[in-house]
Amino acid sequence: MSRVFVAGVGAVSPAGWNVAALRGALDQGEPLPTEPIARPGQGSTRRQSGLTFPCLPTEPIAHPVQEKPFQARPVPDPATRPAFLAHPRLRRTSPITHYAAAAALESVAGLRANQPGRRLNSPSPNPLPEERAGSPRAEVRSLGLVVCLQSGCVNYSCRFFDEMLKDPATASPLLFPETVFAAPASHLATLLEDVSLAYTLVGDPASFLQGVALGAQWLAEKRVDACLIVGSEETNWIIADALWHLDRPAVIASGGGALCLCSDPEMSVGVELMAITDPQTYSVRNSRWQAAQAMRGQLGKSSPGELLCDGLGASPRTDAAELAAWRDWTGPRVSPKRILGEGLMAAAAWQCVAACDAVASRRFTAANVSLVGSNQQAIGARFARADSSDSSFSVDGSSGNIQP
Amino acid sequence: MLFPFSPPPAVPPRVVVTGAGIVTALGIGWKPNAEGFRAGRPAFRPVSHFDVSRQRVKVAAEVDLPDALPPTCLSGRQVARLDRAGAMLLQAACGAWQQAQWQAADHVSLVLGTTAGGMSLGEAYYRQSARTPRRQQQQATRAVHYQAQVQGRMVLDALGINGPITVISNACASGSNAIGHAWDLIRRGQAECVLAGGYDALSELVFSGFDALQALSPTVCRPFDARRDGLALGEGAAAVTLETLERARRRGGTILGEVIGYGTSIDHHHLTQPHPQGDAALSAMRLACEVACVTPADIDYINAHGTGTLLNDSAEALAIQRWAGDRAPTLPVSSTKASIGHLLGAAGAVEAVVCLMALREQWLPAQAAFEHPDPACNFPIVHKPQDARVNTALSNSFGFGGVNATLILRRWT
Repeated sequence: MSRVFVAGVGAVSPAGWNVAALRGALDQGEPLPTEPIARPGQGSTRRQSGLTFPCLPTEPIAHPVQEKPFQARPVPDPATRPAFLAHPRLRRTSPITHYAAAAALESVAGLRANQPGRRLNSPSPNPLPEERAGSPRAEVRSLGLVVCLQSGCVNYSCRFFDEMLKDPATASPLLFPETVFAAPASHLATLLEDVSLAYTLVGDPASFLQGVALGAQWLAEKRVDACLIVGSEETNWIIADALWHLDRPAVIASGGGALCLCSDPEMSVGVELMAITDPQTYSVRNSRWQAAQAMRGQLGKSSPGELLCDGLGASPRTDAAELAAWRDWTGPRVSPKRILGEGLMAAAAWQCVAACDAVASRRFTAANVSLVGSNQQAIGARFARADSSDSSFSVDGSSGNIQP
Repeated sequence: MLFPFSPPPAVPPRVVVTGAGIVTALGIGWKPNAEGFRAGRPAFRPVSHFDVSRQRVKVAAEVDLPDALPPTCLSGRQVARLDRAGAMLLQAACGAWQQAQWQAADHVSLVLGTTAGGMSLGEAYYRQSARTPRRQQQQATRAVHYQAQVQGRMVLDALGINGPITVISNACASGSNAIGHAWDLIRRGQAECVLAGGYDALSELVFSGFDALQALSPTVCRPFDARRDGLALGEGAAAVTLETLERARRRGGTILGEVIGYGTSIDHHHLTQPHPQGDAALSAMRLACEVACVTPADIDYINAHGTGTLLNDSAEALAIQRWAGDRAPTLPVSSTKASIGHLLGAAGAVEAVVCLMALREQWLPAQAAFEHPDPACNFPIVHKPQDARVNTALSNSFGFGGVNATLILRRWT
C-alpha cells in the first residue's frame, strides 16, 4: 500500500499570513472581527493585501441601494510586502494568487531548504520567516500542483466585466487572463519552477479532498516527488452578495491553505494521510444529509486523543446535516469557519491545515476532517501521527471503514 | 475510499469509447458533425446572443440549440434552470449515454472540463446585482447554477445516476484533461466506466476578453496559414463514455475506438503565450506516445490545437516537427477550429470525438480556410476532403496558463 505523508502546511487567513496565525486564532476560539464590504454604487474602494481594487462601477446605478448587511473577514495586509511579489509573473496578479503563493511557499519551506542545486523559488532578498524555515530533506526534483477553487478569480472578473459593460472597446487586455480559473496554478507553477504536473479543480469546498487524493495518486504512481494541494479564494462584493442569498448568517472570508504531500517519511512533518472517504455526491436520490451520514460512516469510530476539524459555520440550516452526522462525536473539535468565516475552498484548506498542524504539534494523535460541501458532495479525511499510524488503525479495504 | 488506494491492476485495462455525444455549430450529434468536419465546412456567423457592436470582431461559431432537450429524468423546473452551457453539456452527455446504452443502475464517475461553466448566469447575476440591487429575483438560482459542479449534478440527475464529479479547469486543455483523467481512473482500477467530456458556451466576458487581447481574427481563422491573424471563438460540448474493454464486451457494447495514450505537461513560459520552441507541447506529445507505446511513425493524423494565432501555431508546428522528425513531412495535420472555432474547455473533448469519427469512418478532417502554407510548417495540412487509412490519431490541446494535454486514440476493428 502506498503511504502518503504531509511534508508541510501553509495558510493565509483573516488571522494572518502563516499557520502560526491560524493556529493562534483557532486556539483563541473567538470569531475574528468583521469589516463592511463595499458594493456597487457606493463608489468606494477597499484594500486587499496592499493592493487597491476599484472594482466597483462609478456610474450612478438605476436605483438607490438598500444595503444588505455585507460583512467580510478579509486577510490583513502583511507586515512586510511578501518577497514573492517581486517575481515578474506575480506583479499584476490578484489576491487569490498572493494567498495561494504564500500558503504554498510556507508548505514547501521544509522541502526546499538546503537542498544542493535546488531551484524551487529562488530565495528572494527579503524572504518571509517561513520562507527561511525548514530543514534538510531529500531532494525533490518534480512537484505536482493541484489548485482547488470554488469562486476563483472574482476580483479581476468583476473588474473586466465592469469595464466591458462600460465599453468593450476599451476593456483592459491585462485583466482578462487573470480571470481564468487556471491563472493561479499557472503563476504558482512558474514561481515554484519545479512543477511538472498541474491541475486546477473547480467544485464545492469538499473538492479540496479530491485534490488531496489526486496528489496522493500522482505520488503513488511516482509521477512527482512531492505534491502541493492549494485551496484559495478572494472576496468581493459579488461573492458576499451571493452568499447572502444562500447562507445569510455566513461572513465571507478570503485566504488560502496548502498541504505539501510526499511519499518519503523522512520528508514528513510527522503526519500521515490515513484515509479519504468516497465522494458522496448529492443528487435527487442522495440528499446532503444522507451524504454527510455516509461520509461519517466511512470514517468510522474515533479513538481517544483524536480531533475533529469540522466545517460548521454560522448557519443552523446549513450546518444541520454535518451536525447530525457527527452528533455522536464526544472528542475535541474545532470549527475554523466559526472563527475565520466562510472561506469556501480556502476554508476547506484551513480545516485540513489545522488538522495536520494539530497532529504535527503532537497535541493529538489523529485528526478527522469533515467537509460537507455546499452543493456537490461530502468527503471526509483522517490524518494521524506518522509514527503511530500502523498501530492505531486498520483499514478494511473491502468495506472502506477504518476501525480503531 | 478515495484513499488508501486499492491495489492497481497488474496490467492496466484497455479503455474503449462506446458512446460519443457532440454539439457544435455544425450541428448536434455524430452525423451532421461528421459530414461537416469531413468537408471542412466553416460554421461562423454574426454573434446573436449578445451585443458585439463595439467589438473588433463580430462573428463566432454559435450553436443552434433545439427548443426541447432530449427526454431525461430532470423535472421541468430543473430544465428551466439550465443555462446555454448546461443545455449543451446535457445534449452531449445524453448523446453519449444513449449511444453507449449504459443503464441508470450503473455507478458512473463524471469528469468534466470547462473554463467558464455557467458564465452567462454569472453575467446576469452581476448585471442585476450592480444595476438593480434591490431586485432579488432569480439571483439565488443563478448563484448556484453558474457553478460547474452543479451543472455536473444536473447531468447525473438527468441520467438518473449517481457518482463522483470531478471538474477540471485547465483552461483550453480542460476537455482533453477530462478525458485523460477519466482514462487514468479506469486504468488505475478506480472506476470501470466514466462519462467524460468538456463544454463551454459563448459568453460576453470571454468574447470580450479575447477581443481585448486582440487574439481574435478580424478576417478568417486560418490555422498554420502564413497569413493567419488570430483565432475564432465557438461554443459546444462533447462527451464520451469510457469503459474497460472487458466491460464493453461483457455487455455487448459497440466500440467506437480506443484511448491508448494521454500526456500532460505544464508550460512555465507565460500566462498566455506558449514557449516559442513548443517545449511543453513536445513533452505532452512524448509522454502520451510513451504511455501508448507508439512512435510518430504509428500516427496517421494529428488534430492540432491550431488556434490560428501567430504564436500558438508556430510553437505547435515546431513541437510537431521536433517530435515527428522524419515523419513530419508526410504526417497529415489539420485544425478543426477553422470550422467550429475555439471551444475553450470543450475543445479537447470535441476534437477527441472528431478523431473518433476519422478513425471510424476512415477520412481525414479537412481544415477550412487554408491557402498559403506557412513555410515554418513542414507537415502537410489537410485542407480538402480526403479518405485515408487512419489507425491512430493524436489530438493536441494547449491551455491558457500553460497546461498542455495530448490524447492518442486508436481505431477499433
